[in-house]
Amino acid sequence: MPLFREPEGGAGVAIRATLKRDLVLMMRRRSEVLNPLVFFALVITLFPIGISPDPELLATIAPGLLWVAALLAALLSLDSLFRSDYDDGSLEQLLLSPQPLPALALAKVAVHWLLTGLPLALMAPLLGILLSLPAGSYAVLALSLALGSASLSLIGAIGAALTVGLSRGGVLLSLLVLPLYIPVLIFGAGAVQAAILGDGVSAHLAILGALLAVALSLAPWAIAASLRISING
Amino acid sequence: MWAFIHKLGSPKWFYAISTRLQPWFWGAAAVLILVGSAWGLAFAPADYQQGNSFRIIYVHVPAAFLAQSIFVSMAVAGVIFMVWKIKIADMAAAMMAPLGAAMTFVALFSGAVWGVPTWGTWWMWDARLTSMLILLFLYFGVIALRGAFSSRDSASRAASVLAMVGVINIPIIKYSVDWWYTLHQPATFSVTSRPAMPVEMWAPLLIMVLGFYSFFIAVTLMRTRSEILRREASKRWVRELAGEVS
Repeated sequence: MPLFREPEGGAGVAIRATLKRDLVLMMRRRSEVLNPLVFFALVITLFPIGISPDPELLATIAPGLLWVAALLAALLSLDSLFRSDYDDGSLEQLLLSPQPLPALALAKVAVHWLLTGLPLALMAPLLGILLSLPAGSYAVLALSLALGSASLSLIGAIGAALTVGLSRGGVLLSLLVLPLYIPVLIFGAGAVQAAILGDGVSAHLAILGALLAVALSLAPWAIAASLRISING
Repeated sequence: MWAFIHKLGSPKWFYAISTRLQPWFWGAAAVLILVGSAWGLAFAPADYQQGNSFRIIYVHVPAAFLAQSIFVSMAVAGVIFMVWKIKIADMAAAMMAPLGAAMTFVALFSGAVWGVPTWGTWWMWDARLTSMLILLFLYFGVIALRGAFSSRDSASRAASVLAMVGVINIPIIKYSVDWWYTLHQPATFSVTSRPAMPVEMWAPLLIMVLGFYSFFIAVTLMRTRSEILRREASKRWVRELAGEVS
């Protein structure tokens, strides 16, 4: 009779357990969930002060500002994605587990998006009011951010996994990840711009969806490979 | 054939083979660049619209070609290193990165200088300029990531992964930037819609492009050779080469 028995079920159980564990951990550290949102609101407050409080001017640059600020907020939260797991050794357990690492990494990224990307997307319309974003583009803003931030989380996780073993990886992480964010930014901000101009937004949203599909299919493997490099190094 | 490739993968053999190859590439680079620049700068006819300022093309276009090809070669070397664990590939990739960044900068800088007489400004948020600028940042990322690791093996593998991720993203970035630009305003200036060049103009350009490629190969060989000596400094054949062991 073996002392330790393999738990029932396979990858499905492991993925669900990872999801649940990460959600519980994140909910216990609420400030890590709230900080990107506060940062987002703060950055948006800086722009009228720094540029001009003129509503017309703000309305023209609002789509870009909101998208860039949300992107930076998502970027800031990336460093914590694998950091605490790396520090307490649970990342090594994840690597040692007999379940496919890309799937487990995907579960972690999903939690990150659920607690960073999605709240940012829901909060963006509120900040849009502050920037006098023209009516009719609020739903598109939230939708484009929700879609786009999922790609941002996936791409960013590659950078986070590559730099998790480094003691001061923060600035390096943004250097690695920001150039790769540019396509998402172009189509995300473009969707909001198109909604303001009254053009069709489906093309932009479709391309955001396509980017997400590519990221979903390729990024988990890159994240898994990067995690193995960071742990063994 | 496979035996030859495997031999090439061993640092000692690569060193021996590259000793024989290197002078040829240096020679080709020197001859081609000298002939190309003399022909292009002095003998090619001036452009009927841009006058003599178009001659900057003979530096700009080869540098831009190299900037993109070096990133691709770096990613290919990264794949070879990750899949077959051939260390030479990683050494070459590490040595290519700064040259690639330099070529991207040369392309951007010569483009800016060219922009003054033709567009009346140093910088335009033109699609090509923007994607070149992003390429420069991608190079910086790869170089910085390699430098950040204390373990060389981790640094090599991390840089290889990043180069692969980057090379998948380069076409996506390029097409999205093209889309972004056409959304904002119609193309007022375009390098591609220039009237087709006569032979006297593009022949020196072709020579310059070939010269730049030979230069790239020669520099990569030279830098990889010194990297081999550095990394294998404790090996017997290197010490024999240095005359420490007889």
